[in-house]
Amino acid sequence: MHADPKGVLTGVHFLDGDHACCEGTLAAGARFAAGYPITPSTEVVERFASRIPTVGGIFIQMEDELAASIAIQGAVWGGAKAFTVTSGPGFSLMMEHIGYAAITETPCVFVNVQRGGPSTGLPTLPAQADMMQARWGSHGDYGIIALCPNSPQECFDLTITGFNLAEEFRVPVMMMLDECVGHMTEKVIIPPADQIEVSPRRYTHKPPAEYHPFEPGEDLVPEMVKAGDGYRFHVTGLTHDERGYPSMDVATQDRLVRRLLDKLKPFSNGRAICDTADLEDAEVAVVSYGITSRVAQRAIELARTRGIRAGKFRLISAWPFPEQHIAALAGRVKAFVVPELNLGQMVHEVERAAAGRAKVIPVSHAGGTVHDPEVILKAIVEAAK
Amino acid sequence: MSEQLLEVECEIPEGSFNPVEPFLRMDRIPHIWCAGCGIGTTVNCFTRALLESKANLDKVAIVSGIGCTGRVAGYARLDSFHTTHGRAIPFATGLKLANPELQVVVYSGDGDLFAIGGNHFIHAARRNMDIKVICVNNLTYAMTGGQTAPTTPSHVISATAPYGVFEPAFNLVQLADACGASYVARWTTFHVKQLARSMEEVLKKKGFGFIEIVSPCPTLYQRRNKMGDGLDTMKYYKQASKIRHGAPTGECSLTKSGEIVVGKFIDRERPDYYELLQAQMHESLGDRYAEPEVGCSEC
Repeated sequence: MHADPKGVLTGVHFLDGDHACCEGTLAAGARFAAGYPITPSTEVVERFASRIPTVGGIFIQMEDELAASIAIQGAVWGGAKAFTVTSGPGFSLMMEHIGYAAITETPCVFVNVQRGGPSTGLPTLPAQADMMQARWGSHGDYGIIALCPNSPQECFDLTITGFNLAEEFRVPVMMMLDECVGHMTEKVIIPPADQIEVSPRRYTHKPPAEYHPFEPGEDLVPEMVKAGDGYRFHVTGLTHDERGYPSMDVATQDRLVRRLLDKLKPFSNGRAICDTADLEDAEVAVVSYGITSRVAQRAIELARTRGIRAGKFRLISAWPFPEQHIAALAGRVKAFVVPELNLGQMVHEVERAAAGRAKVIPVSHAGGTVHDPEVILKAIVEAAK
Repeated sequence: MSEQLLEVECEIPEGSFNPVEPFLRMDRIPHIWCAGCGIGTTVNCFTRALLESKANLDKVAIVSGIGCTGRVAGYARLDSFHTTHGRAIPFATGLKLANPELQVVVYSGDGDLFAIGGNHFIHAARRNMDIKVICVNNLTYAMTGGQTAPTTPSHVISATAPYGVFEPAFNLVQLADACGASYVARWTTFHVKQLARSMEEVLKKKGFGFIEIVSPCPTLYQRRNKMGDGLDTMKYYKQASKIRHGAPTGECSLTKSGEIVVGKFIDRERPDYYELLQAQMHESLGDRYAEPEVGCSEC
C-alpha cells in the first residue's frame, strides 16, 4: 500500500540525517514515538514532536529509555506504528525491551545514532561501536534486522524500509546511524506519497475462536491482532506456545526460539541489502557501512588510480549478516579490507564468512572522528600484495 | 464510600461452576498461587468489579509486570500483557495513548511497581495518565523467595534481611497522593466487598487511579516471621484494620504488626494527560491540530 499523504513532506529539502530519519518515520506511517533526550539523536524526536500534532499522532517524552522502549510496544499492540530514538548509553538501557520485542514479535523500530563509548564516552562524536550490541545486546537467542544509512537521503529511505521490514518479519529493527550521518546536512528528496510503498501490519482475518496469536504462517511469521478488537489474546515475555500461553516445556522453547531466528533466514540469504561497485575484477573488496563507507569510497578511488583493483561492498543491512555474499566473494578476491569506527566488530563476521579463503584486514578506529582515507588506502595496498 | 454490600448478580453461566468463570482463562486453571495467598482473592474482587461495572470486556486491557501478581494478566480473559519487570506502567501508557478507547488496568506487585518500576509509577501519576494501577502488596518479593521489598516494614525478617529489615519502607498511598494520583485507596484481602466496590469505582474514575491491597504471603513472609497462616493473617487484618476514609495519607504507614488504615484517601478531579495534551495543542496550533488517529487497523 502507499504512504498516507498526511505524513509525507513531499519536496526537495536540505536536511540533516536525524531530521531526514524523522521524515522517514512519518512517511512510513509511524504515529507514535516515545523518547528520552540523548545526544546526538534527540533531533529525531524533536522534529517528530513538532510535526506529529499536525499529522495526527502522539509523541511522549518518557522518564527514561526503559520506559520509552516499552511504551512504543504498548502503542504497537494498541494499533500504532511506533519507534524510539537513542544513542549508546540509552541503547544499553533499551536492551531488555529489544529482547521483549523479539520474543513477543512486536514490530517496532529503534533508531540508534551511535557515538563513542563505552559508557558516556564521546557524547557528541561519532563511532560505530554498537554494531555487536545491536545484534546480541539482549540476553537469549533471537534475531533482529539492522540497517546502516550513510547519508540523510538514506536516513529517509531506509527508515521507511526499516518500518516495512519490522512489519513483514515482526522483529525489532535497528536503524544504526552514527553522529556524522545524523548531523550531516544534504539534499533529501521526499517523493509523493503514492510513490512510497509501506507495509501494512499483518492483521489476521480469522475470527477469535480460530485465532492463535503465535501460530506461525508458512513464512514462520504469525498474524497479529491489536487490543480492543475482541480477541482477548495474551502476550508474554515468557516462553510461550502458539496460544501465547507461558510454557516451561523444553520442546516449546526449542520451537519458539529457533523460529525467532529462522523467520529471518530469507532476509539473510536472498534479501540482504548491499551496495556494491567494481567487484567484477576486484582483487580487494572493501567492506564498510555507515559514514565509514563514504571515506572508504575515497580510498577505493585512490587505489584504482594506482592500478589496484579495489571494489566496494557496502553493508546496508548489517544484520542479518549477508554471509553468503561475503562467502561468494571470498572465493574471488585476495583480501577483504574492513574499516569501521570501532576496534573490530563486523570484521569478525567477514572473517567468519570468508572462512580463511581470503585475507581479512581490519582498519580499526576508536571513534571520535572518521578515518583518514590514506589509512584505508594503505590497508588496500597492503592487501593487494 | 457507602458500606452497603456489593450486589452482584450471581447468575452462573451455562457450563460454568462459578460466576467469574467468563472472566478467566479456565484452560489455564489451576493457577500458580499458594494456598492462603491473597492474589486470587483480589482477582475475584476484580472480576466482580468488572461484572458490576458492566464494562465492555473487549475494551478492557490488563498489563502486568513480573512476580506473583504479575501472573494475573495471564489468567484474565481480556487482552492481556505480561511485560518486563517494573515496566507495566510505561507499556500501559503506550497502549492507552495509541488506543484511548481502551480501559487499561495495570495489575502488579509492590516490588515490581515500587522498586524496579518506581520511576514509572511516580511519572504516570504526575502526568495523571488515564490508567488504573492495582497493587497487591504482600510486603515482599514472593516469586523469588521472600526478599526485602521497598514496602517491607522495619524489623521484619526476609531472605535478604536475616537479622531484620532496618531501612525505612515506602508508604504507597502517600507516595501516590504526593505524585498527584486522582484516586487513592487501600484495602486488605479481608475487605473483599469494599475492595470490589473500590475497584468498580476506580474503573469509572478518569485519570490515574491507584488501589493498594495489603495481602498475605503465608509461604514466605508470614512463615518466616512466625505470623501464622493465611487464616491467621485474615484475623490480623480484621482486628488491626481501621476504615478511615479521607485520612491524611502521611498518617497511613504500615508497620510489622500495627494498625492498618484502610479506605479511600483521595478522590479528586484533575485533567488527565490526554486532555492536557489536547488543550495545549488546540491553544498553540488551533485548526492545524490533528487529533491522534494512531490505533488504525488499516495502517
